[in-house]
Amino acid sequence: MALALAETNAAGSIALDVEGVSHRYESGGRDLQVLDDVSLTIAPGEFVALLGPSGCGKSTLLRLAAGLEKATRGRVLEDGKPITGPNPDRILVFQDATLFPWRTVRANIATGLEARGLLTALEHRIDEVLKLVKLEGFSDFYPHQLSGGMAQRAALARALVNDPKLLLLDEPFGKLDSLTRLRMQNELLDLWKSTGFTALLVTHDVEEALLLADRVIVLSDRPASIIAQVRVDRHHPRRRDDAGLVALRRALLEKLGISHDV
Amino acid sequence: MSAAVEDTFEGAGRRTFALPFAGIWRNGLFAAGTWFLTAALTYGLPDVISWGATELFAVVTLVGAGIFLVLSVTVSRLGSVGRTLVHYGPWFIVLGLWLATWEVLTAKLGWLPKPFFSPPQGLLHVYVTDWDRLLVCIAYTGRLWGLGFFSGILVGFAGGVALGWSKRFAYWGMPLLKLIGPVPASAWIPCTFFIFPSTFHASIFLVALASGIPVAILTAAGVGQVNRSFYDVARTLGADNRFLIFKVAIPASLPNVFVGLFMGLYYSFAVLVVAEMLGAKFGLGWYLQFNTAYSAYANVYAALIVMALICAGLVRLLFVVRDRLLGWQKGIL
Repeated sequence: MALALAETNAAGSIALDVEGVSHRYESGGRDLQVLDDVSLTIAPGEFVALLGPSGCGKSTLLRLAAGLEKATRGRVLEDGKPITGPNPDRILVFQDATLFPWRTVRANIATGLEARGLLTALEHRIDEVLKLVKLEGFSDFYPHQLSGGMAQRAALARALVNDPKLLLLDEPFGKLDSLTRLRMQNELLDLWKSTGFTALLVTHDVEEALLLADRVIVLSDRPASIIAQVRVDRHHPRRRDDAGLVALRRALLEKLGISHDV
Repeated sequence: MSAAVEDTFEGAGRRTFALPFAGIWRNGLFAAGTWFLTAALTYGLPDVISWGATELFAVVTLVGAGIFLVLSVTVSRLGSVGRTLVHYGPWFIVLGLWLATWEVLTAKLGWLPKPFFSPPQGLLHVYVTDWDRLLVCIAYTGRLWGLGFFSGILVGFAGGVALGWSKRFAYWGMPLLKLIGPVPASAWIPCTFFIFPSTFHASIFLVALASGIPVAILTAAGVGQVNRSFYDVARTLGADNRFLIFKVAIPASLPNVFVGLFMGLYYSFAVLVVAEMLGAKFGLGWYLQFNTAYSAYANVYAALIVMALICAGLVRLLFVVRDRLLGWQKGIL
């Protein structure tokens, strides 16, 4: 089992291809189109941010990539193979930590291993990720005893213990206070660099996208389609007041329909 | 960040009681006084008619008074038990007064109508003379309640999970549950005695029905209300349906299940006595009815007190189980 783990670690990340995906929901007799012919290619190990107004369908794209839903039209592929269902290789982290309140931090993190029957073989991984997200002392705490940032770190650990090759992040820091958010952004960056997964981050925070991502994709209002792609060629750590980033920020805000006086 | 953790721990409800007097527990002394008063009145005044156990009751209350006297100086050394005793001090005082008043009004003055009101010594007399029959009745009632309640909540819980989880099950089951649920279990009595081979089986069915239905309804509601994101998270982590039901749906709905269990517990007591009054040979319900027929009201009260203690004990036990299983909820509630 340890051998198998080492191999998957070596593989590390996967490529994600979204091919002409349109998606619609039917709720209460109303037909709601959320995605309109979206195509994008994400290379293995790349960090891509999806930027767009709230409610535009960014989260839907993540749900499709996670395999929680099937696209109405078009295909979503991982390493060229169609995604048919959820798989621990592709893990979604939500805006709310959504930790199971009846499980301790340790048991929450163990969920994925337990569900796949790997708990006895890979239990040491739990301590590793606990250390990785700096929650070593809190493994026996219940979620209601954690602060927002700690809960979100526990949620990240719950994802990372499974060695995901693609991490889907749905505004993971949206509900944290601004200081915690800054710290968590840096921690996420460190985790990404050290573990090498492919990351797809949904956000409506332009700065966050520019600080973290290799590439920023701007989506239109619902139904979402891609209106711009920007490559961010800056080395980490990036500075918020970097002239190039400030210019990019202005350009992106303009794309989102917000004038330069902001 | 650790400050937030400390905050939640502060709120965890750890209170320390300081004993009002380090040396002497004053309420204990008062309780000893009122209990001694009861003993003195019981022994000193003549009975209007013979109720039995006069001396024994005097001795029992005198021993009670003695215990309180000893406690009044030692209670501060008893730790948490001592704190509980101190908390209930006023109750012990009033209990002594109540026993004295009750004893005087019934046994010593005979002011209350005679066959219907028995003095406390009359109840004691019942416990002393009829304890063997009472024990048999408790055992019979316990067997009926145990079989009925546990089979009821088991079926109710399993059915509730199925109703909450499976759309098809809910399609057929929910209307039936909504139709049968509101009917009081005792209304089924005429049919059950016809359907079941013996009155014992019929009684078990009634108790099971009374306790199972609220459990089924609340479990179904609980499973239905589980936050969808929990399922999404578990599925992306590789969970199959079995895991989703047993490790997500059921634990998440457990707070609801316990509301159903408490309701079922109370309903089961209500229907238990009714069921035993019909054609049972032993049991507390039967004991009540039998002794009412013979105007042996002291026995009726004695059985009522036993019943109250058992029911309250079971409710308390369920609270303990709930607090164990739902410890993670502390701070949410």
